[in-house]
Amino acid sequence: MSRQADRNKVFSRRATLLAGGKLLLFTALAGRMYYLQVIEREKFATLAEENRISLRLLAPPRGRILDRFGVPLAINQENYRMLLVPEQATDIEATLEAASEIIPLSDHEKTKILREAKRRRSFMPVTVRENLTWNDVARVELNAADLPGCMIDVGQSRFYPKADRFSHVLGYVSVVSEQDLTGDPLLELPGFRIGKAGVERVHDLALRGKGGNTQLEVNALGRVIRELARNEGQPGAEVRLTIDAALQDFAYQRLGEQSASCVVMDVHSGQVLVMASAPGYDPNAFAQGLNAEQWKDLIQHPRTPLLNKCIAGQYAPGSTFKMMVALAALEHNVVSPDFNVHCSGHVELGNSVFHCWKKEGHGYVDMLRGIMHSCDVYFYEIAKRVGIDRIADMAKRFGLGNTLDIDLAGEKPGLVPNREWKLRNLRSAWSQGETLVAGIGQGYMLTTPLQLAAMTARIANGGIAVRPRLTYEVATGHESAPLPTPTYPSIQINKANLAIVRKGMRMVVNEPGGTALGSRLPNPNWIMCGKTGTAQVRRITMRERDTGVKKNDELPWKERDHALFVAYAPDDDPKYAIAVIVEHGGGGSAVAAPIARDVMMETLRRDPVSEGARDRFAYSAEKDRAG
Amino acid sequence: MILEPRGNMRRDGNMGIGEKLWHVSWSLVALISLVAGVGFFMLYSAADGSMSPWANKQIVRFAFGVGLMIAVALVDVRFWMRQAYLIYGVALFLLILVDLFGTIGMGAQRWINLGFVQIQPSEIMKIALVLALARYFHGASHEDVGRPLFLLPALGLVMLPAALVVVQPDLGTAILLILGSGATFFLAGVRLWKFGILIALGVGAIPIGWQFLREYQKNRVLTFLNPERDPLGAGYHITQSKIALGSGGLFGKGYMEGTQSQLNYLPEKHTDFIFTMFSEEFGMVGGLLLLVLYACLIAYGYAIALRSRSQFGRLVAMGITNIFFLYVFINIAMVMGLLPVVGVPLPLISYGGTAMLTLLFGFGLMIGVYVHRDVNMGRRGASDDV
Repeated sequence: MSRQADRNKVFSRRATLLAGGKLLLFTALAGRMYYLQVIEREKFATLAEENRISLRLLAPPRGRILDRFGVPLAINQENYRMLLVPEQATDIEATLEAASEIIPLSDHEKTKILREAKRRRSFMPVTVRENLTWNDVARVELNAADLPGCMIDVGQSRFYPKADRFSHVLGYVSVVSEQDLTGDPLLELPGFRIGKAGVERVHDLALRGKGGNTQLEVNALGRVIRELARNEGQPGAEVRLTIDAALQDFAYQRLGEQSASCVVMDVHSGQVLVMASAPGYDPNAFAQGLNAEQWKDLIQHPRTPLLNKCIAGQYAPGSTFKMMVALAALEHNVVSPDFNVHCSGHVELGNSVFHCWKKEGHGYVDMLRGIMHSCDVYFYEIAKRVGIDRIADMAKRFGLGNTLDIDLAGEKPGLVPNREWKLRNLRSAWSQGETLVAGIGQGYMLTTPLQLAAMTARIANGGIAVRPRLTYEVATGHESAPLPTPTYPSIQINKANLAIVRKGMRMVVNEPGGTALGSRLPNPNWIMCGKTGTAQVRRITMRERDTGVKKNDELPWKERDHALFVAYAPDDDPKYAIAVIVEHGGGGSAVAAPIARDVMMETLRRDPVSEGARDRFAYSAEKDRAG
Repeated sequence: MILEPRGNMRRDGNMGIGEKLWHVSWSLVALISLVAGVGFFMLYSAADGSMSPWANKQIVRFAFGVGLMIAVALVDVRFWMRQAYLIYGVALFLLILVDLFGTIGMGAQRWINLGFVQIQPSEIMKIALVLALARYFHGASHEDVGRPLFLLPALGLVMLPAALVVVQPDLGTAILLILGSGATFFLAGVRLWKFGILIALGVGAIPIGWQFLREYQKNRVLTFLNPERDPLGAGYHITQSKIALGSGGLFGKGYMEGTQSQLNYLPEKHTDFIFTMFSEEFGMVGGLLLLVLYACLIAYGYAIALRSRSQFGRLVAMGITNIFFLYVFINIAMVMGLLPVVGVPLPLISYGGTAMLTLLFGFGLMIGVYVHRDVNMGRRGASDDV
């Protein structure tokens, strides 16, 4: 059988070839053995004999966060902590037991550490306790022999020198949770913290930097003998904000105990100088880890300290919305500025009666006086003529009803309703009465203080769609260039119409009879233009109207009106816009406007172009640093 | 010749148990036991000088496995040939089953839990594929093997289980199946340029296949290419393995004296990295001796294959030998940093029941081929038709 024999021959020949290949590969293995065990033996022997190479990741220092003048708002402090390397401890539980003789550990803590030790790779250290005192450190070092696998490590912890005043802007850092893991080995370092809110979260990657590593020679007990090689990572970038820390301090103090917020922004560049939300919380407590009690207190607090009210508090704009109605009416030539309405204190529409805030009425008012006195009846009338869709359109052009994409997480969009919105979301047609209500900034209308500040800035800067921003620059290593100011598009609005509204706003603060006359700036060179707002929180019933509307102080806090005020200054060359909202504060003129006046006054005083301000700046910045 | 011929047996293969036992190559059984014995000693050392938890269990498994091996060897080879496709089909079915319902173990779906025992279908497939390919090529003439259309079904026999194993995901076993089968194709006489085309196609498919790899598998490959990438992860294992092995030097640190492994920072020292521990304690001399022992085992495979009168027997013996060789080579190359870390145990020595039983089953087949070396085999495994 020659075919069979043929096949056999092929098989034998090829089997021999394969055998040769195998021999070759085995020879390669032998060669590798020779290389590792004879030629490189010395090197590996040094690495192995008693000393072990231990590679450790180095956490880069987290970048600082500064205010616009370089005042540090978030810095790093040294932090001594005790770590435990599971594979070096012969019996983790016994070691923990011994450790708790020195640093008392609760059972809960112990189980947490054990769980952590199981989850991680056995050579990755687990944090036993952070923020050790010097005393603790000394006692751990002294008893090192009884604590196999334990070691003291100097880490850095985040510290916020200004505590609660910047909590909402800066946010805080906290331990990495399971969902945060991205594969970046830095995140697996014990005690590593990442930004969880605010600027810390938005710029987390830049602030974090890049990890380095160090090769340590460690003896059998886990004690470090020396460092063999070190690869410094890259420290986190320094983030400079547009915030003026001293001004923010001032505003926060001025807000006081109230549940309130205040935004100040540059009307041309959009730089936010103040973003104060009161009350704040202490971000240092977050960095160290809150206990359940503290957390419960924070989330159940009636004045919502965890909420950044500037960007996430949504309020009816009240009368501060009247500029939008006026502009919509003027732009669409529905009325002329001279258009007169007689205010008798109320108007009727169908079966409903719509009241003016002034029960006895304002008499004849034109547009300027309508704004100045904040006459509701005037705006009912013109809102009715313009219609909700055109009003809503104008409001959106001024930045209301949508997020402004500020560089901060958690911004809320607010709500500017129109016919389509109601049909889609409430499945019913828009009624004319709702247009009237919307004309005085009530009803479905919702805005954030940031949006109101942006709206005011856009009025002040002649209709440029400026957007607020918080980051001045992000400096990595030696590179540091301020982020360029974006160019903003024009809103395309008739300057003459804008001038009328601005004149009205000037009268609000500066003319007798203006709703905020008491809050004009004390410096006669600086004229502030503004608009008050009082947003009703509860519904006033017919019966209450008959028996007399209750005064705010007679009501429980939660039912009192929100006080609002928006303004810009100086009138001849607008620089800054401000929005103040005091939750359940009462009237805008009595509560919000004085705060705005004081903050605006301080802002102008600190403005670099103002006379003598540069020195004052330098001085207060120095003082802040020293403090 | 390693195997002493003990005279020809009857060509029809109708032998009694006693006759068959006489033909079992007991020297091979002794060699296998010797290598396994090395394993017991290493497991004893790995447990810090204790029979538990590894050595005692491994010894029991080995004893059972040797029994299985002899039993398999006594079964008429024609039976295995007749059932080759059926066994393959069952293994394939189990693989599909495990992909669908397999319980999670070691981060991968590899096991089927039958309640009293866990089986790993990819292990069965290693043997089943050898049998199926051997049967396929057994009846093939030299002209058949030259025809691409004839080769396509055989290619399918390989790629189907390989794909199922990759999905599990078990890259190591998939590579083993493909390389082992490739050797069988080669031995069956497939032209070299056809391998060239397949290899070219395979290289072309790498970017596509890359997308099917799990994140950790990609990381392993990337880490192999650049160990600096992950100094605390997979790179750590390889670094530590090289330190332990290299520090063993020419003669080693002595039995149970391997500081690196005894101090517990050699990972997986009782399974995939057991060769490192062996080399740390017995040095290059020990490592070479072990290599020689493995080489002897492989030589037995060749001797058996060359003595077999049937193509089926030859291909089975060589198929088992090739897989055995690949195990040894991949594992040792891996612990020495020549190949990426893939989960491949050191045969007969690493702790683990399934791998051991599969291997001994394979050796059983190999010995069976020897026992039935002169049996006449037709195309379909009957003795009469030619």
